[in-house]
Amino acid sequence: MATKTYAGQAVEVNEEGYMTDASQWNKEIASELAKEDGIDLTDKHFEVLEFLRAANEKGETLTIRRVGKSGIVDIKGLYQLFPGGPLKFSSKFAGIPKPASCI
Amino acid sequence: MSTTNESPLKKVCIICAKGTIEDVYATLVMANGAVMEGMEAKVFFTFFGLDAITKKQMKRIKTATVGNPAMRAPGGLPFPTILGMIPGVEAGVSAMMKSQMYKLDIPPVDEFLEMITAGGGEIYACKLAMDMFKLEKEDLHEEVKGVLTIGDFYGKCGGDNTQIIFT
Repeated sequence: MATKTYAGQAVEVNEEGYMTDASQWNKEIASELAKEDGIDLTDKHFEVLEFLRAANEKGETLTIRRVGKSGIVDIKGLYQLFPGGPLKFSSKFAGIPKPASCI
Repeated sequence: MSTTNESPLKKVCIICAKGTIEDVYATLVMANGAVMEGMEAKVFFTFFGLDAITKKQMKRIKTATVGNPAMRAPGGLPFPTILGMIPGVEAGVSAMMKSQMYKLDIPPVDEFLEMITAGGGEIYACKLAMDMFKLEKEDLHEEVKGVLTIGDFYGKCGGDNTQIIFT
């Protein structure tokens, strides 16, 4: 557990860099988190992040299949938005816990 | 972030030679898990594993109810092998396995193959087994990239931090 500063705000993150309090999240923080992993967030990215945040709040199990069926982006598109980690990066930038999912 | 001297895995090459639900899905989950983590994944289906990528068979894969000592009835009750021999039992057990998986958002085989290739994974069929089972490229699902000899497949398994996994 550590406190880091993103977008001028103190943010609690775990050892893998995932935010531990989803309510601290805002778009500026997301953009800075994404920049650390070399990704510039666009509106399309934010649509995915909002979807993940809403699903997480409802306590749903998150999988790339769920995102692929969300109507926002297909799985191929999801890989293009978040290269090298469609679920691990998107959930990180969404300020939610890393999904414990193998799919 | 914890520090470690290990260099991360970069590529997994998975060989699937069996056509049961558990062998096929173990292969698919490992391949999909690799691409989701940003690794390369190459999958080689051979012998009965070809059922998983053969259009006619891929929706019909089953779990063996005979010769499977880990097989138990729901609730953990013993499942005598002799029951597994009764016609329809294998189909029923397999349907139950699949329904449990779908509840966990594990997709059917064809969709799983599409998920893997969407992430850049590659699916291959074994030439020798194709010849043995008298199969043609047209009999295979569209996501299959090619029919290879094992030598050709090994040729794709090079590079540092690559592992070959046989299911």
